[in-house]
Amino acid sequence: MKATGFILASLASLLSAGAAYATDVKIGVLNDRSGIYADIAGEGSVIAAQMAAEDFKATDKGINVSIVSADHQNKPDVGSNIARQWYDTENVDVIADVPTSSVALAVNEITKEKNKIFLASGPASSDLTGKACSPNTVHWTYDTWALANGTGSAMVAQGGDTWFFVTADYAFGHALERDTSAVVEASGGKVLGAVRHPFPGQDFSSFLLQAQGSGAKVVGLANAGGDTINAVKQASEFGITQGGQSLAALLMFINDVHALSLEVAQGLVLTGAFYWDKNDQTREFSARFQERNSGQKPSMIEAGVYASVLHYLKAVEAVGDKDAAKVMAKMKEMPTDDPLFGKGTIRADGRKLHEMYLFRVKKPDQSKGAWDYFETVATIPADKAFRPLADGGCPLVK
Amino acid sequence: MFELLGIPPQVLFGQLLLGLINGSFYAVLSLGLAVIFGLLNIINFTHGAQYMLGAFGAWMLLNYLGVSYWWAVFIVPPIVGLTGIVLERVLIRRLYHLDHLYGLLLTFGLALIIVGFFRQFFGVSGLPYPPPPLLTGGHNLGFMYLPNSRAWVIVASLIVCLATWFIIEKTRLGAYLRAATENPTMVGAFGINVPLLVTLTYGFGVALAGFAGVLAAPIYAVNPNMGADLIIVVFAVVVIGGMGSILGSILTGFGLGLIEGLTRVFYPEGSAVVIFVIMALVLLVKPAGLFGRSA
Repeated sequence: MKATGFILASLASLLSAGAAYATDVKIGVLNDRSGIYADIAGEGSVIAAQMAAEDFKATDKGINVSIVSADHQNKPDVGSNIARQWYDTENVDVIADVPTSSVALAVNEITKEKNKIFLASGPASSDLTGKACSPNTVHWTYDTWALANGTGSAMVAQGGDTWFFVTADYAFGHALERDTSAVVEASGGKVLGAVRHPFPGQDFSSFLLQAQGSGAKVVGLANAGGDTINAVKQASEFGITQGGQSLAALLMFINDVHALSLEVAQGLVLTGAFYWDKNDQTREFSARFQERNSGQKPSMIEAGVYASVLHYLKAVEAVGDKDAAKVMAKMKEMPTDDPLFGKGTIRADGRKLHEMYLFRVKKPDQSKGAWDYFETVATIPADKAFRPLADGGCPLVK
Repeated sequence: MFELLGIPPQVLFGQLLLGLINGSFYAVLSLGLAVIFGLLNIINFTHGAQYMLGAFGAWMLLNYLGVSYWWAVFIVPPIVGLTGIVLERVLIRRLYHLDHLYGLLLTFGLALIIVGFFRQFFGVSGLPYPPPPLLTGGHNLGFMYLPNSRAWVIVASLIVCLATWFIIEKTRLGAYLRAATENPTMVGAFGINVPLLVTLTYGFGVALAGFAGVLAAPIYAVNPNMGADLIIVVFAVVVIGGMGSILGSILTGFGLGLIEGLTRVFYPEGSAVVIFVIMALVLLVKPAGLFGRSA
């Protein structure tokens, strides 16, 4: 296990002893640091958590934040071991991020069992606030229901009423395919078929050929990161869109577009929770972040890590203690307000509510340069963006 | 028209052709591994990283120097081969008298270092490599749309595989090589510089990996991890074909590409493991591999 300690608590804060109390908070950022999701989360998420602690001026408020990080390699067993070790022997209070739904579902269970806090920004599966919901988890940034709702209904509204899915064969892909199928069928469309590809994959040609052969109007890519990049690149090679089919990248990050280039990615419609060029506050944060993250703008996952850690620290300050139950209650009671997602709330099932956006990838001649990639097509209000509380089947709200 | 298990023939032909295309990558990569193992007795775990170097080499030539893909096809493999020669001269050479395991550990470690270095500088998402104009577009074959880029992969790898086979099996240089594999001391006694031969062979095997990397650049995402997953499959191909067998690795490469392609139609979930299942079966029945000679 690679665990690198990062101690923010400075000597000065110990000497000053100005605050009436001092709470030591240890945050573990657990994600993929070397594989196909390392650019959309990875070290960037650690930087985002550090920036949250710095911007909050935690030390001045009597909260000593230390941040550790580790690589779960997208494997549930590796992630579970790290989570247990962190909670049991390293006094970690909070685990943040955890992309890869299969790992996140495992961490979700362990966090509940150990009565700690899980700030999920990376994972997508809507089960985290559905049947697997936990009183100890906040699902911050997005989920498969929101993606399906955004991109799925937009595509059907444009006439894409028959679908074929190319799905990553694990918890996330299955959840995304399930949620999108539901949206397509509810909007009067039809799902003609699906093919499950091994995760991670490299060659998607046979799956794309099957999608082509299905005659569906829309080929839905229910995968992410490196898989989506390879699939979109090869879809363009095999002339999927020239053949009259539309491509729906159901989960796409700005880093994926950067890797694909606008020539290949242009015109794709995607749903996201954050775009760096939204307003002055997001631009200001993103410029600072980019400087520290080797020139990469923040992905929505990294933005979510920043905002969720910030909200957690506010709750710790308000409670004056880091007791998991009290802090979680505070987090759900206090409205959220941060520079990246604006105002929002956290629902009883742990779902963070905020606006979602339907973006379209710009054409090369519309873009002013690197990272100027998205135009906003529609804004989905917070109360419409996520699955209604009653439909999730979360045992906490029955 | 006939149907096979509910799969229409057009789909089947398309998938078979795609299988052959993937098989081309397996064939070129496993050929390089087989050549290296045959002569050096080194299990070259750096092969995946060297394949990645080929793709990055093409990307760097295009982005830093404006050199087109067609030049890269000729320039990059020798450069990657040269880096291999340096590795062989400086490090790998020192392990020849030791067990296979040491060579494996060294080359595996080198692969981790190279990949880590590229990950640090370029991230994991990869870099865009636009295909050259000749390779964009494609032809409708009736049963499938064949992109020019994939047709080129098949043609190029067939040429390279056959040329390699010809050189090793049918030329005087190849005869020296094969003799040096059998008995290096004796061949050295005839006045042939065996250490040089070994170095050049390693360089050649590595250049083949670099060549496969250049072929992959316009098709797959150019990223530091691109070789890591592929190399495991390619090792299985070499084991199935018979370690060190030249023809065996070529035929097995294409053949397993076909089988994997079919699996993707009938049971896509199993396509990642089918090659390893075959490997296990082959090892049970013919431990030396399909084309290998048992020691």
